[in-house]
Amino acid sequence: MSEAAAHDHHDAQSTGLMRWLTTTNHKDIGTLYLLFSLTMFFIGGSMAMVIRLELFQPGLQFVDPQFYNSMTTMHALIMIFGAVMPAWTGFANWMIPIMIGAPDMALPRLNNWSFWILPFAFLMLLSTLFMPGGAPAGGWTMYPPLVLQTGDAFPYLIFAIHFLGASSIAGAINVIATVFNMRAPGMTLMKLPLFVWTWIITAFLLIASIPVLAGAVTMLLTDKYFGTAFFSAAGGGDPVMFQHIFWFFGHPEVYILILPAFGIVSAIIPTFARKPLFGYSSMVYATGAIAFLSFIVWAHHMFTVGMPLAGELFFMYTTVLIAVPTGVKIFNWVATMWRGSMTFETPMLFALAFVVLFTIGGFSGLMLGVTPVDFQYHDTYFVVAHFHYVLVTGAVFALMAGTYFWLPKWTGHMYNETLGKWHFWLSTISVNVLFFPQHFLGLSGMPRRIPDYAVQFSDFNMVSSIGGFIYGASQILFVVVVVKCIRGGKKATDQVWEGAQGLEWTLPSPPPLHSFTEAPDPSSITGGNR
Amino acid sequence: MNFLKKYASYAFLSFSVFPLSVFADWGLNLPRGVTPFSQEIYDLHMYVLWIMCAIGVVVFGAMFYSILVHRKSRGAKAANWHHSTQVEIVWTVIPFVILIAVAVPATRSLIMMEDVGDADMTIKVTGYQWKWHYDYIGTEVDFFSTIEEKSNSARRRGSNIDPFEVEHYLRDVDNYVVVPTNKKIRFLTTAGDVIHAWWVPALGWKRDAIPGFINESWAFIKEPGVYRGQCAELCGKDHGFMPIVVRAVPEGEYIAWVEQQSQARALASEQKNSRNILARTRTDQ
Amino acid sequence: MSNTNADYYVPHSSHWPITATVAIFTMFVGGASFLNGGEVGVYILAIGLALFVYMLFGWFGTVIGESEAGTFNGQVDISFRMGMGWFIFSEVMFFAAFFGALYYARMYSVPWLGGEGSGAATNQFLWPEFATAWPLLQLPEAYAFSTFKETIGAWGVPFYNTMILLTSGATCTWAHWGLKIGSRKHLIAGLSVTVALGIIFVIMQAVEYGHAYNELGLTLNSGIYGATFFLLTGFHGFHVTMGTIMLATILGRCIKGHFTHERHFGFEACAWYWHFVDVVWIGLFIFVYWI
Ligand code: HEA
Ligand code: HEA
Ligand code: CUA
Ligand SMILES: [Cu+2]
Repeated sequence: MSEAAAHDHHDAQSTGLMRWLTTTNHKDIGTLYLLFSLTMFFIGGSMAMVIRLELFQPGLQFVDPQFYNSMTTMHALIMIFGAVMPAWTGFANWMIPIMIGAPDMALPRLNNWSFWILPFAFLMLLSTLFMPGGAPAGGWTMYPPLVLQTGDAFPYLIFAIHFLGASSIAGAINVIATVFNMRAPGMTLMKLPLFVWTWIITAFLLIASIPVLAGAVTMLLTDKYFGTAFFSAAGGGDPVMFQHIFWFFGHPEVYILILPAFGIVSAIIPTFARKPLFGYSSMVYATGAIAFLSFIVWAHHMFTVGMPLAGELFFMYTTVLIAVPTGVKIFNWVATMWRGSMTFETPMLFALAFVVLFTIGGFSGLMLGVTPVDFQYHDTYFVVAHFHYVLVTGAVFALMAGTYFWLPKWTGHMYNETLGKWHFWLSTISVNVLFFPQHFLGLSGMPRRIPDYAVQFSDFNMVSSIGGFIYGASQILFVVVVVKCIRGGKKATDQVWEGAQGLEWTLPSPPPLHSFTEAPDPSSITGGNR
Repeated sequence: MNFLKKYASYAFLSFSVFPLSVFADWGLNLPRGVTPFSQEIYDLHMYVLWIMCAIGVVVFGAMFYSILVHRKSRGAKAANWHHSTQVEIVWTVIPFVILIAVAVPATRSLIMMEDVGDADMTIKVTGYQWKWHYDYIGTEVDFFSTIEEKSNSARRRGSNIDPFEVEHYLRDVDNYVVVPTNKKIRFLTTAGDVIHAWWVPALGWKRDAIPGFINESWAFIKEPGVYRGQCAELCGKDHGFMPIVVRAVPEGEYIAWVEQQSQARALASEQKNSRNILARTRTDQ
Repeated sequence: MSNTNADYYVPHSSHWPITATVAIFTMFVGGASFLNGGEVGVYILAIGLALFVYMLFGWFGTVIGESEAGTFNGQVDISFRMGMGWFIFSEVMFFAAFFGALYYARMYSVPWLGGEGSGAATNQFLWPEFATAWPLLQLPEAYAFSTFKETIGAWGVPFYNTMILLTSGATCTWAHWGLKIGSRKHLIAGLSVTVALGIIFVIMQAVEYGHAYNELGLTLNSGIYGATFFLLTGFHGFHVTMGTIMLATILGRCIKGHFTHERHFGFEACAWYWHFVDVVWIGLFIFVYWI
């Protein structure tokens, strides 16, 4: 062991498993993040398949209610903390140093630590499936007092969240230090690619919100084991207090999941429209505005808890206000396409689908933000439809788009375009069959988080499940494309895409181990702001 | 051309399904409900929905036009502009104005909903894992309400009972909440263990039942009838199995029901004066 | 200027992060099984802790070694600074959660239970006996909690502790000044006093806890007052302890002759941390003890 420490001073590189366990290279770590995320996407997705299977028809066929609740809870925790967040950090690791002309991330050992926490934290979380009392089943929102009824899984849930939080904060700090300290000369802030911009702002959201979640779950822990009364009226506390603290984290969290997606789409659309991004600086300001607003809208998740009128009004106004900066983004993307010269390779297809489908999710979000109507929508499948549109056809589609976009750069090979297109069309059609009917289910009265439902909801549930199975199966195609691309294929050029702009395309595909050992020539830097 | 077809079907999916949701009778939309509040928010819902559709048509319309026309395969040459302050101001201001147009009626409805004063009677609703308790304040009437037996056995795994054969599967209870029509009824929701939420869509709202705290809401039911709902906040394993049934009846019938309930409970040491019941249950906050 | 990248120190592979992960994982698993009533939990926890301490020595030892060997250029130094700065900010947000809980309890939940604001029905139907007060001596469901008659007043130990911490902030700056003008004497004297004050603070805090638990009956189980009081002051006390250990380490390094008057990030990081702990205490003194 101490010998490995000695390595730090030399140039020796560990090999085999030790290479991956001890790596400080941003590309290796990025790869680890991305592979981990894909694994978690499949585990979380398998749980979603259990959900859709049980909901295929009324009556309980496959699982018991308690296990069903565990499935929704774990599905959400895994997808959010295991699939989407690590995927973004993976992209950040791979791309940010390259995009800003840096040799590596600013704090490489911390970087390794942020990644390796994840498998261990999820080991803890997943092991709860086999514990007495079962896995956590109180919803990913972990509202007390219900969550306090969790069995042996409870402390593992709390500690897993602490652990994941540490990883996110460390990752965020690294991104901030990298961007603010490691830019090549000439790479001014207003020349940064938008992906970098959205990530810095995401990093600030992480640093400001994750510790609050840590505090909230710590209070859960002490309420359960140490007799505190934070969330119990009998001692002067309030269960709703948890919800305020949780959503103070929770709402920024959803923008943590989507802001990097905005960045990726802002990279892809100009590339394939062969036209500069429209309104670069307003994109930056809009991202900032969204981030700021995200801290003062949290109670829109709690319109039915019985807040005073003034509170409900305040949170309604701030919530709907987010539509303005988000709209600016959508309009800018459309304006970028306008009078462009577009081609439609797979990354572009996913980006375009993102724009449409995310907007639909945004529209339902806006409807949810209208307080009095939310008294009806709240905790129904309308909400489920909303957030899967922004999360699946939003965040996940952007992840797919970004993967196809940079895969040739990462691997040095072109992926199979035909298979990519198949993946796109199958996914896009089935995902709408999966989630669109859920709007109707919610409006006509189906609550969320139920394993069984009244018979008038049968048809749409069946449709939704069928869509879900096709969507799930289509993702296997994605893995096929990625694996084929890693193993071989047409050699990718440095430039890869005709309209591509930015430093990453000046490096060979795949890039050398150390990206920019010499800072790139300032005159070669063409940032977003032209 | 192949692409064109694909995009056409894609566009179809995105656009045409949305407006379908206005066909209320098809189980696609919010119910209109039976209270002034529920009708008001139904209108508000439709209003916002149509605004969203209109924005969608404009935004996606522009986008798809561009996708169809400004494509390289059609020989489109890329322009090079990337900035226009005027345009950007316009598309910041217009959404803002639209939002004000949404916020104004929403504020009005909300103020109406929060005005619980001046109620004719009060019912305290307490959620338990997994049943509801109803307490008619000022009367002797109070009872538990649990999922009805037929549904309860059919819902078990391996019961071999077809849910479609069970009347009101998962939507029926043993004891109905009987209430008078055309009275302002104040509901006090709370819970005995974990958080639940009391929700009958026809009344137009749901309200969380928080242990240790009481939330106030109200309803004014115009039409007699049976209205079904269920718990709407995850409350543990049988969260999906705690339905709610409200039966709204004319005042006279309601008074008779209360009287019969009170007698059945055999709690009455003193006889109730039926005409006074409503007056006595009237509780000003 | 254009090839500064080559000078930026990118460490080669290191096993310290994975060691840290395994250590914390072990601590968590041990802690969790302890909380679940497992017999071996504490031992697993202890093993994890030992591994963690080993890791701290190893990882920081490596970094200190690199630093003293002059491996870090000015840019690396800035990365460290940003890292520490934003880490402290994340800690601020962690405390914000508990301050938020205190604020919410005082402004909303306790008044509502007592019938103020929108709590009229809550009080009338559920807690007719309960009246709003702060400190909350009489709980809504008193029998379920440990009752206390008195809280710890602001102007006794807490006030002295405030003075101690403020002084320690000043002595820390004195040490910094000493370092800057190149006077080891001032540096070591200033730091020693700071560490001593830190230790005194923690001891006084511990004595005060004993008093609260044994004489006043004020415990974690004293309802929302006890909960917010102990978690806020407890996490603060923990941070003071950590800060003291950090400063003691720095003191050791100073005695060994580490740091130069222009390059002493390790010192400054600990000093920042110390000031942060100081500021949090001011918040505590005002909102927990005083008003
Ligand atoms: C990526 C994640 C993500 C994103 C981006 C959003 C975006 C938004 N969300 Fe969503 N939301 C979630 C994830 C997300 N949400 C999740 C996970 C939940 C459920 C959590 C749980 O309970 O488990 C949730 C729940 C949720 C609720 C609570 C519902 C309930 O439980 O009752 C509300 C209520 O206000 C809401 C609102 C919004 C709004 C207003 C936006 C806005 O940001 C949307 C803005 C975008 C647009 C409006 C479209 C584009 C704009 C234009 C084209 C301009 C013109 C438009 C207008 C003028 C209207 N969301
Ligand atoms: C980023 C976040 C994210 C993502 C990506 C998803 C993805 C999916 N979600 Fe998830 N979901 C949430 C976040 C997310 N969800 C959250 C926050 C909740 C709320 C939880 C709560 O209430 O607490 C929720 C709840 C939720 C529900 C509601 C449960 C309930 O309220 O009772 C449903 C029901 O349909 C659902 C379905 C799906 C489906 C079908 C997918 C699909 O997109 C998944 C597709 C992926 C795969 C299927 C995996 C890949 C393929 C295989 C494993 C091969 C095998 C395939 C077959 C056998 C076909 N989700
Ligand atoms: Cu009671 Cu859900
Ligand atoms: Cu939100």
